[in-house]
Amino acid sequence: MVELSQEQIEKLKALGRTQKENLIKLGEEFKEKVKNYKASIYTCNATSCHSGGAASVLDAFRESLTAAGLEADVRVVCTGCMGLCASGPLARVEIKGKKAVLYQHVTPDMARVIVSEHVVPALKTEGEVKTSDYLKKQELSLDLPFFTKQRKIVLRLLGHSDPEDLGEYIANGGYQGLMKALTMKPEEVLEIIKKSGLRGRGGGGFPTGTKWEMLSKSPLVDGEKFMICNGDEGDPGAYMDSCILGGGSHAVLEGMMIGAYATGATSGWFYIRAEYPLAIQRMELAIKQAKRYGILGRNIFGTDFNFMADIRYGAGAFVCGEETALMSSVEGKRGTPRPRPPFPTQKGLFDKPTAINNVETLANVGPIMVNGPEWFSEVGTATSKGTKVFAITGKVKHSGLVEVPMGTTVGEMVNDIGGGTSSGKPFKAVQTGGPSGGVIPASELHMPLCYEELKKIGSMMGSGGMIVMDQDDSMVEIAKFYLGFTVDESCGKCAPCRIGGYQMLQLMKKIADGKGTKADVAKIKEIGNAMKKASLCGLGQTAPNPVLSTMKFFKNEYDALLIDGNEPDEENTEKQVKACNINTKK
Amino acid sequence: MVKLTIDSKVVEVPEGTTILDAAKSAQIKIPTLCHHPDLPPTAACGICIVKVGNRMVRSCCTPVAEGMEVITRDPDIIEARRTVLKLTLSKHPNECLTCLKNETCELRKLSADFGIRDTEFANITPSKEEMPLDDSTKSIVLDPRKCILCGRCVEVCQNVQNVWALSMLKRGINTHISPAADNKLGDSPCIKCGQCTAHCPTGALTERDDTQYVWSLLQDPEKYCVVQIAPAVRVAIGEAFGYKPGEITTGKIYAALRRLGFNAVFDTNFGADVTIMEEGSEFIERFVNGKGALPLITSCCPAWVDYMEKYFSDMIPHFSSCKSPHEIVGALAKTYYADKVNVPTEKMRVISIMPCTAKKFEILRSEEMFSSGFQDVDVSLTTRELARMIKQAGIDFVNLPEEEADSPLGSYTGAGTVFGFSGGVMEAALRTVHAVVTGKEMPEDALEVKPILGLDKGIKEMTMDLNGKEVRIAVAHGIGHVQALLEKVREAEQKGEEPPYHFIEVMACQGGCVGGGGQPLGVTDEIRKARMEGLMKDDRGSKQRCSHLNPDVKKLYDEFLGKPLSERSHHLLHTSYQKRELYKK
Repeated sequence: MVELSQEQIEKLKALGRTQKENLIKLGEEFKEKVKNYKASIYTCNATSCHSGGAASVLDAFRESLTAAGLEADVRVVCTGCMGLCASGPLARVEIKGKKAVLYQHVTPDMARVIVSEHVVPALKTEGEVKTSDYLKKQELSLDLPFFTKQRKIVLRLLGHSDPEDLGEYIANGGYQGLMKALTMKPEEVLEIIKKSGLRGRGGGGFPTGTKWEMLSKSPLVDGEKFMICNGDEGDPGAYMDSCILGGGSHAVLEGMMIGAYATGATSGWFYIRAEYPLAIQRMELAIKQAKRYGILGRNIFGTDFNFMADIRYGAGAFVCGEETALMSSVEGKRGTPRPRPPFPTQKGLFDKPTAINNVETLANVGPIMVNGPEWFSEVGTATSKGTKVFAITGKVKHSGLVEVPMGTTVGEMVNDIGGGTSSGKPFKAVQTGGPSGGVIPASELHMPLCYEELKKIGSMMGSGGMIVMDQDDSMVEIAKFYLGFTVDESCGKCAPCRIGGYQMLQLMKKIADGKGTKADVAKIKEIGNAMKKASLCGLGQTAPNPVLSTMKFFKNEYDALLIDGNEPDEENTEKQVKACNINTKK
Repeated sequence: MVKLTIDSKVVEVPEGTTILDAAKSAQIKIPTLCHHPDLPPTAACGICIVKVGNRMVRSCCTPVAEGMEVITRDPDIIEARRTVLKLTLSKHPNECLTCLKNETCELRKLSADFGIRDTEFANITPSKEEMPLDDSTKSIVLDPRKCILCGRCVEVCQNVQNVWALSMLKRGINTHISPAADNKLGDSPCIKCGQCTAHCPTGALTERDDTQYVWSLLQDPEKYCVVQIAPAVRVAIGEAFGYKPGEITTGKIYAALRRLGFNAVFDTNFGADVTIMEEGSEFIERFVNGKGALPLITSCCPAWVDYMEKYFSDMIPHFSSCKSPHEIVGALAKTYYADKVNVPTEKMRVISIMPCTAKKFEILRSEEMFSSGFQDVDVSLTTRELARMIKQAGIDFVNLPEEEADSPLGSYTGAGTVFGFSGGVMEAALRTVHAVVTGKEMPEDALEVKPILGLDKGIKEMTMDLNGKEVRIAVAHGIGHVQALLEKVREAEQKGEEPPYHFIEVMACQGGCVGGGGQPLGVTDEIRKARMEGLMKDDRGSKQRCSHLNPDVKKLYDEFLGKPLSERSHHLLHTSYQKRELYKK
């Protein structure tokens, strides 16, 4: 960074103070503006609803409100993920003083009916509004356990605000965390994060405060130290980060900046996969707005804190979610993991100290700063604090994006929030932790979702993908699918993962085809053991998990497929072979 | 210092030492397939795993810590290592019997140590048709089927040599090494230095084997075969026969070559002496007489020449036009010597024994390599290839009597022999330049120019007084260091400033030819040093230590060439350079 004279710095500080005032004013202006609205319509425009046609729904709302002369009375908001993706496109109608109504599977035609039957009468006539049976059928109760069992910290503004409106973010307490942090000493901020018990939401669960403390202790190299936000989410079925970035990019930026202040980092990078255009677009906008309002730059809010942020696109390699491979990718190199130590906090991006945090982790930081560490650590279990966002998909009635307190049981997730299996058939298992995770069988429904318990059972928290399976799903096929994924995504650098994974997949295919033997099972276990112990990075070390955990909990399904298995059951074998494919919605 | 226990032994090592190296100091050799002492760890093979507490870590890249308790061997570790080894073997062809590296292959040795009798997993090596070998260069053969992706070649090619010919392509099971976009090596920036072949643990990267061709020449009664050995060969080939690195076996090599059937045994060191006469005169022309660009840059390393033509062609005016010593011997054998022994040139074949793979390419690099009217050098063999020929012929190398080289291209001075290590060409040149310019021989104790010798630094700099004028000198070895040096020259040139140096020596391989890409495998700095010291000993034991004092060289100029840089010299002993593209279009 260019050296400035004391005089220039004082000028910049004065500017920073004005910018802070302007920002607060922006929030006030927003509040003033929305006061005049008599109603609001929120339409979800996250990936799932968007691909269901949410954009034309939005247009239909706007057009019919204009036609009804209500464009000045009703605020139409294109908002972030509302959660119940299975029922999208979603739209929520809030008439001032009345209970909000959530509509599912909204089409442009339906949007017009909503305006004519619900909004217009509510605003133009007194008393109760009666909508037709057609609309009644499309109403979703907000009293569903899917909604009531959630506790939203990270997702609190998604579905409730316009992610492109910085004023609205400010009005909702945005950048309050950063402003507060900047009045404190960096070590005090670190202490708050440590005290909160926040742990990495990308899967590993490393304490965020400890990671930041390590970075804060590393001296600057060539005057630089970095923060990286890992937005390279790639697990099949997982789309938490995509929605958090798309629906609340400022919150993630704010989290990164608080981290930067606490650690002394000088600039930050958002590594977002190129397949997430909305996330990228919103983060670009957030950075642009932040620069314009002096949130990013020099002498931020009149302090001595300087910070800049930029975006790097991931090209879709799963392994680039691994932090050392991610750094190689940002550096423009082949995305392969490096040995650790040295840890990134010592020698990271471009050999400079770097802290890499997941999107969801960073989104938690602002609220922790505002509400205090105790507020956060009250939620959750003894060692897993706060909430966790899950993408619950597969054969579950209410699939979507949910945020629940840590410690919520698997049973609550599947039966209450998820509403049970979509087929109505008995629940069999749920896969957590994506391709690195394992299965939780029906016998473990009482298990609380937290880092330690999931690890104990041979799975992991992962980034929060959760795929529900019913009795028709073959666990051998599921394991084969996940293994196939990691074999495809192996970077090829280290032998145990590159060859071990491939050989294991061949054996899994053989078994799934009903040609396997007990000896093949033994070989799979042997390879799995070597991969766990001798692979360089998390991808290889955890790649055998889906296979090993299904072998543990569903041994009978494997046995039934083996030529020399235990008491082969003809009928059962046939059923297993015809296993159905799982839903791998991204 | 850090104190730790390895297999219950207390070990004390400097901070930053890896577990692998710390174990070595406790006489524990942890097996590995990807680690090489020359290179930073790539951590690819997964064999060197050890236990620290209940964690498995790679010992090659994990630094020691105070109080660490390391277990290098227990049933758990051995089982995982065996499985990884079997997996590696499952994607490697079972062609050991016919593999060029069968004696030196690290994978084969490790499998033997581990007693692997059955790989158990299906062999998934692609067929030769699916994965053909790349023999597009005259120097190096890449057989990707035999590659275990240890990453050493990529590391040495990109980060040590800064050539960037080899890289990893694709991912997962389809990962393979190749030039970018699956180009052939011959269509890539490859400079044929052969450092990849010197570091490859398996038969994936090897020198092109020309021994069969040489056998056919030797067995042809119509052919008159002339052979020459490069300086660095004499201190390295012994390693293939149980000698320690650096032991001088010159006399035994001459004897073995005669027994192989060569008609005349010469020494490239003679050519090196001639090189000094020519290159030294070139320097005097430029430095003293002001004719030509400064710095003058040496050109006897063909990998360096190739690199310069590809990456720094603007440096062409700075290059010495003098050919490399073995090309000089080749040209002189087919003219001067052929006349003397009355052998028709078309019947004569010149075979060079070189520590180098790039020499195989050099012999055809331009039309000046045909200055005798025929190809001046017909075949260039590496040290490794000659060792194999000696073994095949059943020659008991160790018990051979020492013999002398033939006249007139076989005698050499100490200046010729020091060509084999980094700094040696410069040292030899300075000895002669000093004598010519000052009219006085260099004093005995000044002959060894210490600041430019050794391995410690990639770029060695010094200044020397030459008749009251300061000569600024730089010596680079390991081509990765050259960029910084040449950019300095380029910058001064662009700014119209005084050049930062007057004379630059470059050798592409670390340590110079003693560490050449064609030398016996398993090279480390320790071995490079030992070979270098062997050559220094050879120099010190020489009757004459300056090229211009070689009586046969004097005779050559008197009888045949006239004087250095004469017309005949130019025709036979000099070459030219041209810009070359990194990739053929």
